[in-house]
Amino acid sequence: MLPRYAGILAALCLLLLPPAARARAAPPSDRRVLHVLNRLAFGPTLADFRRVKALGIRRWIAQQLDPAVIPEPFDLTLRLDQLGTLQDSAVELRQLYGPLRPVLGIKPTPEEMKAQQQRARIVLEQAQEDRVLRALMSRRQLQEVMVDFWFNHFNVFAGKGLDRIWIGNYVARAIRPFVFGHFRDLLLATAKSPAMLVYLDNTENTAQRQGGPGLNENYAREVMELHTLGVDGGYTQQDVITLARILTGWRINTPDGGRFPNAAAVFVGARHDWGPKVFLGHKMTASGRAEGEEALTMLARSPATARHISYELAQYFVADRPPPALVDRLAQRFLATDGDIRAVLQTLFASPEFWNSAGDKYKTPFEYVISAVRAAGVPVYNVRPLLGAMAALGEPLYGCQTPDGYKNTEMAWLSPDATLRRIDFALALARGALSIGVASAGSPFMLVSQGAPKTPVDAARLEAIFGTTLSSRTRAALAAAPPGLRAALILGSPDFMMR
Amino acid sequence: MKRRDFLWLAGGGALALGISPAQAAIVPGPRRDRAAVPDRGATPATADGKRLVVVMLRGAVDGLNVVVPYAEKAYYDARPTIAIARPGTPNGALELDARFGLHPALASLMPLWRRGQLAFVHAAGSPDPTRSHFDAQFYIESGTPGVHMTPDGWMNRLLAALPGPHGPTAAIAVGPILPRILSGRMKAANLPLGPAATHPLPVAMPAVKAAFDRLYSGAGALARAYREGQMAHAELIGALLREEEKADNGAPPPGVFPGQAARLAELLRGDRRIRLAFAALGGWDTHVNQGGHQGQLANHLRPLGEGLAALARGLGAEWKDTAVVVISEFGRTLRENDAHGTDHGHGNVIWVLGGAVRGGRVYGEWPGLAPAQLYQHRDLAVTTDFRQVLAAVLERHLRLPDTALAAVFPSPPAAAPGLAGLLEA
Repeated sequence: MLPRYAGILAALCLLLLPPAARARAAPPSDRRVLHVLNRLAFGPTLADFRRVKALGIRRWIAQQLDPAVIPEPFDLTLRLDQLGTLQDSAVELRQLYGPLRPVLGIKPTPEEMKAQQQRARIVLEQAQEDRVLRALMSRRQLQEVMVDFWFNHFNVFAGKGLDRIWIGNYVARAIRPFVFGHFRDLLLATAKSPAMLVYLDNTENTAQRQGGPGLNENYAREVMELHTLGVDGGYTQQDVITLARILTGWRINTPDGGRFPNAAAVFVGARHDWGPKVFLGHKMTASGRAEGEEALTMLARSPATARHISYELAQYFVADRPPPALVDRLAQRFLATDGDIRAVLQTLFASPEFWNSAGDKYKTPFEYVISAVRAAGVPVYNVRPLLGAMAALGEPLYGCQTPDGYKNTEMAWLSPDATLRRIDFALALARGALSIGVASAGSPFMLVSQGAPKTPVDAARLEAIFGTTLSSRTRAALAAAPPGLRAALILGSPDFMMR
Repeated sequence: MKRRDFLWLAGGGALALGISPAQAAIVPGPRRDRAAVPDRGATPATADGKRLVVVMLRGAVDGLNVVVPYAEKAYYDARPTIAIARPGTPNGALELDARFGLHPALASLMPLWRRGQLAFVHAAGSPDPTRSHFDAQFYIESGTPGVHMTPDGWMNRLLAALPGPHGPTAAIAVGPILPRILSGRMKAANLPLGPAATHPLPVAMPAVKAAFDRLYSGAGALARAYREGQMAHAELIGALLREEEKADNGAPPPGVFPGQAARLAELLRGDRRIRLAFAALGGWDTHVNQGGHQGQLANHLRPLGEGLAALARGLGAEWKDTAVVVISEFGRTLRENDAHGTDHGHGNVIWVLGGAVRGGRVYGEWPGLAPAQLYQHRDLAVTTDFRQVLAAVLERHLRLPDTALAAVFPSPPAAAPGLAGLLEA
């Protein structure tokens, strides 16, 4: 009888408290906290779970939308500081890690060229490590979630030419600083980035002249189809050609080219098509580089773009088939705020559609792997096993060849084989057998990490986070399983596959 | 369980540049354990045991450089640096007939051509005008050009139309994900088919499996995927191990696709219940430096040809019951661009291989390459709808009745009379 009395007493006390104190006394439900961490973060860590409970959901979301106010953990900053190539400019990266060029007419030997290629691998490795460590450890979780969203929206592929050394620079300079800003700025940053100029071939795009080089439509097409208007956005093949003409001369610099020594990406007037053009029914002024900026700005401000971006955001944050009414409201907000991404997200996170969709999204391999390690609470000094897992699950980091980026729908990722392989990963992680806690030889963290034993994941820690929200079937399976399997069962459960 | 743990470690090393998901899944693993293979799946074939393998070239392969219209002056005029030279000249095309030659990187397919087991349908493609890779691939996979809302893939609908019952391995995809073409109401399995394909997964070990079976005993899509995965995994590993034990085949040929294709052949031999198989290859979007007889396109075609030859070889006597269709979402521009590449075009060539194919012939009505004959004055026109080619294979090879065909391809074009003889009846 005592517990029941205690409950009634507690309820009575609560009613007697003044409203403000009552709000403090009633932290948000586990379910709501987990929902917000599943969507605005890469899943909960125990610390984040407690932080959101303490701060309250609204305040936590407000902070996430203004990441500059959130201090990063010291150990993350320390780790990121070691990734030196992320601090290099695109020009420096090309000089240090790009293909060797003749010096004073002496050509590099094949052995030297091969050694240079070997050396350059560190750049992609550091870019991958940077991305994984931030996703795992950053307290600016929504910022990293938006990096994932926008990177896939503006996908580039590490296997295309110089993008193997520019992809980290692209994320750091053209994506992350703009994820909450105005869409136009993000679009222009990607359009002018050396990585995108290489990936979608605009660097080859040159005014048609007799006997000379000519148009390349690749970027012009994809920027309308994928980045802005959407495939049904009302443009024609003629518009593709016209936009390609508008963007002629936007290219990457040649190394040591005397005229633009400090920029990796340049506008070369001599390659530009200065002729008259009509784009999307609009007469363009022949103004060289500014003409391209004008055309991209037109695209960024188009209602079709507002719809397209809103659809994608709602699909990413709410449901594979997003509710049309929500998409409409987001598109209106997008247009009313000149594409202010932060404002659109505020509308999204305040919507009933968002709050009524808990657990409806199937995690991508990236989300699954990162969220499992975050929930497990194990230190990571070696990201390779995690990158390997993402690749084996079909989503190698920076390995999406096609410009549409990785999908985030259940249709794209749920398959019989993937289900077994996710569980396989959960089993290895839970047993402490992934060796992610051991830094490689030569790493400055070798000494710190060496003591890290390969301990199994503590199931009690997972239960502290998920205990009250697991399905009854999962709870029954846990109760019936040997204790040594419990952590793996939680991380490999259908509940944990969803966000 | 310990052995498997290394796999994730090794996987990090596989994440090198330019590796497709399918490749990256292929990680060096521990020695396999042959002891615990149940001898299931060696049941007799269903119905007549006819099979279809579809290979999709994602990114739009340049069909004009695969089956080269060497008799067309316009072809050479439009492609000053990337054209494939006429047969009989140095590095020239391999002569197919008086009009067409094969890219020299596909020499490994010439024995099949000479045996009459390889055919091409030129100027084939989708009637939809889109030049978007993603839309065009969607239409090829849904089998419904121009219709965005189709929820399933035509190979899944095809499986539903074939006489059953079908086990979880009746339709399989090579690779780490289940592609749209196979998704839908019917069960389909996927597996990477890398060198580690026969390593048992820890989740298949009895004590672990029992716990997870309980966890996934529900009715949802995830539980269904889990159960299909467990069943398919057991069957497919069993089939592969049985075939490998026969020791009549050496190591799989080098290269990712040749290796996958050789293992696919083993799998098809070992599990006669597999009716449909699908594989996809990327890297065909050659906007820049496409190359001619050698270079980028050649480097992609070579392993494709070797893989298809390995599949034919590996299937042995079962090759006569197998049809293989190689298809891409659209073709590329006739004109070479100034980066020595080609841009998104329209018509393409569809390849049909198999023991029952009436090959050694280039099918399809050739529209010509003169400016007025081109689609929108720039691309090879489409004179054969890709569904007409597939319908011919489905009707003649898989013996699909007309009513069932309508379920696979709703509102299809009329049958192409020129394709009536594509396969032996």
